[in-house]
Amino acid sequence: MVALDDVSFSLTAGQTLAIFGPNGAGKTTLLKVLAGLIRPQAGSARVAGGRSAIGWIGHQSHLYGHLSVRENLLFWASLYGVPRAARGARATDVLARLSLTDRAEQPAWSLSRGLVQRAAIAKALIHDPQVLLLDEPFTGLDLAAAGELRSLLGALRGAGRVVVLATHNVDEGAELATDVAFQVRGRFVQYEPRGGRGPAEIADAYRRAVGETGGGRHA
Amino acid sequence: MTIAQKGRWLVIVGLVLLGGVYVRALAFTPVERFQGPAQKIFYVHVPSAVTTELAVILLGLAGVFYLFLKDPRLDRFAESSAEVGTVFAGIVLTTGPIWGKPIWGTWWTWDARLTSTLFLFFLLMGYQVLRGAITDDGLRARYSAVLGSCAVVLVGFIHLSVYLFPTLHPQPIVLKPSKPSLPPEMLVTLLLSFGVFLLLFTGFVMQRYAIATRRAEAFHG
Amino acid sequence: MRELWRQAWTIARKDLTLEFRSRTAIVSALVFTALVLTVFNFGRDPTAVSTLDLAPSILWVTFTFAAMLALNRAFQLELENQALEGLLISPLDRRSLYWGKLLANLAFVVVVEAVGLPLFVLFFNVAVGHVLLPLLAVIALATVGFVAVGTLFSAMVVRTRFAELLLPVVLFPFLLLPLTYAVQATARLLAGRPLSEVAGWLRLLAAYDIVFVAVASWLFPYTVEE
Repeated sequence: MVALDDVSFSLTAGQTLAIFGPNGAGKTTLLKVLAGLIRPQAGSARVAGGRSAIGWIGHQSHLYGHLSVRENLLFWASLYGVPRAARGARATDVLARLSLTDRAEQPAWSLSRGLVQRAAIAKALIHDPQVLLLDEPFTGLDLAAAGELRSLLGALRGAGRVVVLATHNVDEGAELATDVAFQVRGRFVQYEPRGGRGPAEIADAYRRAVGETGGGRHA
Repeated sequence: MTIAQKGRWLVIVGLVLLGGVYVRALAFTPVERFQGPAQKIFYVHVPSAVTTELAVILLGLAGVFYLFLKDPRLDRFAESSAEVGTVFAGIVLTTGPIWGKPIWGTWWTWDARLTSTLFLFFLLMGYQVLRGAITDDGLRARYSAVLGSCAVVLVGFIHLSVYLFPTLHPQPIVLKPSKPSLPPEMLVTLLLSFGVFLLLFTGFVMQRYAIATRRAEAFHG
Repeated sequence: MRELWRQAWTIARKDLTLEFRSRTAIVSALVFTALVLTVFNFGRDPTAVSTLDLAPSILWVTFTFAAMLALNRAFQLELENQALEGLLISPLDRRSLYWGKLLANLAFVVVVEAVGLPLFVLFFNVAVGHVLLPLLAVIALATVGFVAVGTLFSAMVVRTRFAELLLPVVLFPFLLLPLTYAVQATARLLAGRPLSEVAGWLRLLAAYDIVFVAVASWLFPYTVEE
């Protein structure tokens, strides 16, 4: 069983790549290869700036239950090499951006799912990464929070960051992307700039692409 | 000839030669002065112990190389070495008491050779239990390599400790700094026995390796 | 180099903070230690065997069990908190992760031993005052030996099904050796033998520690990634 098959691309500052594909298409595997978690059997993945430049949001929260939200952020900031003097300010700043300030001192185990996701996003941003890798980041977010995440990603794009966003839900990421890829059974069946297309057109293109190639294990 | 066939031949030859060595041991080698005929078990006991240790060292070295080279054949070799080594460890741990009872009046003694072989046995057990608990091939190979590497280092320490634990057991009489203190006929029989056991070990490992290869092929196609 | 230590210390401090707040593992380990000592106490006939003969064994069996309890905690923690992936994605040096976990485990076991030793002295009426310093040295060295290898192995078994059972089985021979040295050294200390007799065992323990900390530290990255 092949998880990734002949995937090749490069991204520069300001690009946001949205990867759409059914479950089991290999999106998570691709992101893990980019993050350096998995070494591919063939080929290579390089991210300018290495691990310190990557912010990750995935299925696991990476938050320690018995540490407060702020303590979690400070811990990760430390690991990512944020200078001691700057850590506190950065944490406060990021908490504010994600509307978590009033929850900052609460232990992570006490947060609801949506808040955990927001805290995970905060953790991903604490070290001001150049590259963001997001695996189904809208999971658990309510409408308001999802909207906030979208504007945050837009701001990041404006600030010249690279974003790679993988999701099975075409509606979620379409308008954020500069480039769009459809991944089915490990392959990129399409990879192209978004052009001016809106979410509906992208969704159509996606359904056609996935329909033609028979889809994944289940749509 | 395939590896399995070569292995089988080696084992057959080895067993025949073993018989030959035993004829020599029983009929043509002098009876030891203090221990009597029971001492003859020495010619099986000692080479088995050395072979067990060889098995552990080999699986450890295979592990170290695997970490660098990532060749699954190294892992299959290590797996085979471990299983065959366990058999030889079993031989040591059974012949030891059989030798010990008439000589020292007790089934088990905490002496250097038996104790270190017991250590090796535990190492081999742990190694195989760990392997059994992991289903993913790559992970299992990697973890076995890590454990094997530690095992090799531990064997070094076991040797060191043996020299610092003078006890009941006959002190090393062959592998020691001064000349071997065995009469020549016994030495020759012992060396022949070493050779035969090495042959047997190689033959068994080859056969087991062939099984491992076939299993891997069947699984991955 | 300094960066490695800084990262290790960050990991260790995080582990200890978490442990201090949830307290489940440390309490279990302390209670277990007290239980084992009590069992040994009731399990012997005070008139038949001199305490001094058995004392070293009792002490070290207790410490060994306690250490084994502690070891699974380290990586179990990461699994429970879904954080191991995050640690591996971060620029954290893998060796720092090992050192951090090692430090946290050592601190944990030392706390258990710090409670266990006085209890031992109390229950078995063994005089340790006159040899306290060398005894502490033996305990420290042996503990580092167990924990160094145990931390490495715990990273491996944590992903298997029967981690709590698997760790002791795999770790066993690596515990036995420093245990043997420690018992020999402790026995001589408690029997009032001259320090020169103990020195050899201490040197062996120190050698074991140095070698295995180095080996484990070198091997650790292979347990978390290819």
